[in-house]
Amino acid sequence: MYSYLIQRFLLMFLTLLGMSIIIFVLLRLVPGNIVDIMFDSAGFVDPAEKATIEKELGLDLPIYQQYYHWIAGLVSFDLGYSFVSEMPAIDEIGPRIPITAKLAGLSLFFSILFGLPLGVISAVKQNTALDYILRVFSLSGLSLPSFWLALLILMACVSYTGSIPIYTEAPETLWDELLLYLLPSAAVGFRASALIMRLTRSSMLEVMRQDYIRTAMSKGASDNAINYKHALRNAVLPVTTIIGIEAAFLIGGLIITETVFNIPGVAHFLVEAILMRDYPIVQSLVMFIAIIVVVINFLTDLAYAALDPRIKYSD
Amino acid sequence: MKVKLFKALAFAMVSASVFGIVSTSALAEKSGGIMKFYHRGTPPSGSIHEEATSSTVVPYMSVFNNLVMFDQAKPVNSAETIVPDLAKSWAWGGDKTKVTFSLRKGVKFHDGKPFTAKDVVCTWNLILGKSKAKLRKNPRKSWYKNLASVEANGDYEVTFNLKRRQPAFLMLLASGYSPVYPCHVPPKKMRTKPIGTGPFKFVSLKQNEHVKFTKNKNYWKKGRPLLDGHEWTIIKSRSTRVLGFIAGKFDMSFAGDISIPIYKDLIKQAPHAICEKHATNVSTNLIVNQFKPPFDNAKIRKAMVLTIDRASFNKILGHGEFIMSGAMLPPPHGVWGMPPEVLKTVAGYNPDVAANRAEAQKLMKSLGYGPDNRLKVKVATRNIAIYRDPAVLLIDHLKEIFIDAELDTVETSNWHAKVARKDYQVGLNLTGIGVDDPDAMFYENYACGSQRNYTGYCKEEMMALFEKQSMMDNGPERMKLVYEIDKKLQEDAARPIIANNVRYNCFQPYVKNFKTQTNSLYNGWRFEDIYLDK
Repeated sequence: MYSYLIQRFLLMFLTLLGMSIIIFVLLRLVPGNIVDIMFDSAGFVDPAEKATIEKELGLDLPIYQQYYHWIAGLVSFDLGYSFVSEMPAIDEIGPRIPITAKLAGLSLFFSILFGLPLGVISAVKQNTALDYILRVFSLSGLSLPSFWLALLILMACVSYTGSIPIYTEAPETLWDELLLYLLPSAAVGFRASALIMRLTRSSMLEVMRQDYIRTAMSKGASDNAINYKHALRNAVLPVTTIIGIEAAFLIGGLIITETVFNIPGVAHFLVEAILMRDYPIVQSLVMFIAIIVVVINFLTDLAYAALDPRIKYSD
Repeated sequence: MKVKLFKALAFAMVSASVFGIVSTSALAEKSGGIMKFYHRGTPPSGSIHEEATSSTVVPYMSVFNNLVMFDQAKPVNSAETIVPDLAKSWAWGGDKTKVTFSLRKGVKFHDGKPFTAKDVVCTWNLILGKSKAKLRKNPRKSWYKNLASVEANGDYEVTFNLKRRQPAFLMLLASGYSPVYPCHVPPKKMRTKPIGTGPFKFVSLKQNEHVKFTKNKNYWKKGRPLLDGHEWTIIKSRSTRVLGFIAGKFDMSFAGDISIPIYKDLIKQAPHAICEKHATNVSTNLIVNQFKPPFDNAKIRKAMVLTIDRASFNKILGHGEFIMSGAMLPPPHGVWGMPPEVLKTVAGYNPDVAANRAEAQKLMKSLGYGPDNRLKVKVATRNIAIYRDPAVLLIDHLKEIFIDAELDTVETSNWHAKVARKDYQVGLNLTGIGVDDPDAMFYENYACGSQRNYTGYCKEEMMALFEKQSMMDNGPERMKLVYEIDKKLQEDAARPIIANNVRYNCFQPYVKNFKTQTNSLYNGWRFEDIYLDK
């Protein structure tokens, strides 16, 4: 077990190192120079002024030196300064991470809360009217783009309540916060819940045809015990994988939802930073996301062992 | 005696009524409240002198004062609407080659330091590149090409020495783009935490979140500002911000943000909103790179001018509300634009599109192009709808003269760098102007060597004409010459104007004392007189 963990940590380190190189190089291969972009708001580019700014930002240094400075900064938790706002990158990124984390957590919570039980119900009630309704519901979840769903929600709110649930000021209480994030997280979580529901359903149907389920039935076990104790426990493994992947990819859905609901989270901020070629912000944020993805994958692998006693991590 | 009595009575009545009106309006004014706006995106910085975008000047103008400014209650900026600001008065000298300003005493910057003539000298030395401190970007260098020096005569008098006569110089100083900076604050700090003498103090800017300003309690103008502050929520999604305004989250829309189709939808959902239609002095124009063959040939450029069907642009994109003009915006929206009877004599402006195109085809055929030998080009434009949509129509119009064009959408943040590098053949651009005066327009966009002259248009005889009109006093003669110059610019395809855009500025009915300016997006945002009658 210990050597497995050491191997995984080593692999995580190598993955992150590779990621840092890819991020750094890709960002510089994207057409569009940061200084040119800074000049866009002035409507012209002055070559002399451009050279001065490049020097000021350290962009005149060879690329390996720029990379070294960045990595050295990362190791000492110095993320540098945002090229755009001229503020420390940590001050720009730090307050946004909890916002996105809350939104992502709530979205994931919604998707599991609805996806898992509805998937079980759909499987248990296979080919009934309820099953058909739930399948249509899940299909709509997969088909509706989240930005469109988010806009529909906003338009409905304005039309029917005369108010709009967007972020204009930081919520003061936990209740305000919950109210603010409820609709955006539902908009993001809808797609993930549909996916979880469909996968739970198919996985449950497969498991319910197994011999041990029939044995449990013949022994007189209750429906709930069969469905939730015997079937779901085994059916949930592939679902766990999907939840892990969805958690990592949630950031994609959040970009749009944060934009539409005007939530100042890290996802929307990342897109803006990419458009502005704000290297210190983009590099640091993508590295942060890479760390999250690697850690989630690691935790998902560990969760397999907890959920399925047959799985053992050996040397 | 009777006449005297009548005169006295009349005087008393007029005085009473005027006093009555004034006092009623003064009594009706309410202090307090924070005005809420939405903003379309994070301002690139708070330093007005380093930016050429409404994203900065609209929220930040109220942090500063100018020497002179345009009357905020008048919709059209002109020489007649210039009023004192930090300068109490001014006097021209040396046959309008120098202007001396007498400055207000007792004015303080937001950090408590006193304002003196030294600050004025520092500000314009910064723009002229004469100071040790440097601006990162200096977009209005071309405005001050004629400015030789700025001298302080003691603490409260300052003289601007011009290289030659320029009566319209005051127009440039009255723009929202001409604030006075404090000498003691470095340019870097002005970008992040600007300090001025204006009615509102900068509080904070959070990228993608908000910009906040609070009342300057020590403002030199007594009783002003009326608001306790103004705050801008940054909302990138246009649908969200318009819905936010409809739902009453915001008191006013962002400058120039409400297009004609959006206005039509908005007013149905928020019939109580007050929406003022206004010209923006932002034109949609064709840019042709005169350094890239075959566009170095004047004939092909003229053919391109002739094929443009401006009426269809107006009908499709402007719902018939766009303003047909040359470079300068015509009255009643602007001051210097050609009237319809002159405009229709300009090549390409004749409403007979078929005749224009027949002439254009003849020109193209004379260059060897025709139905069997079509010219293939790319039409570059910024990848946002207000640029893309007219570019698509332009491509359609170019087909009529044997030009097969392909749309080349450029990521928005790379657009100006691309056109400034002259890295395009044909493009579609939008041009806004800070001041509705030929000096600003011609020197910024059409003069040889100007950084914002994207097409590279440069003619000695035109430079001489720019100079000539610049030295003239306002009046029919200057007006006539400006028409002549504008006509030549359009026919030379220097940067043919397709249409002058019209937008709506919407605010809630309780917003009082605000007047939308019609010939500039950049000069009417001091906010010191606005109040909320809630």
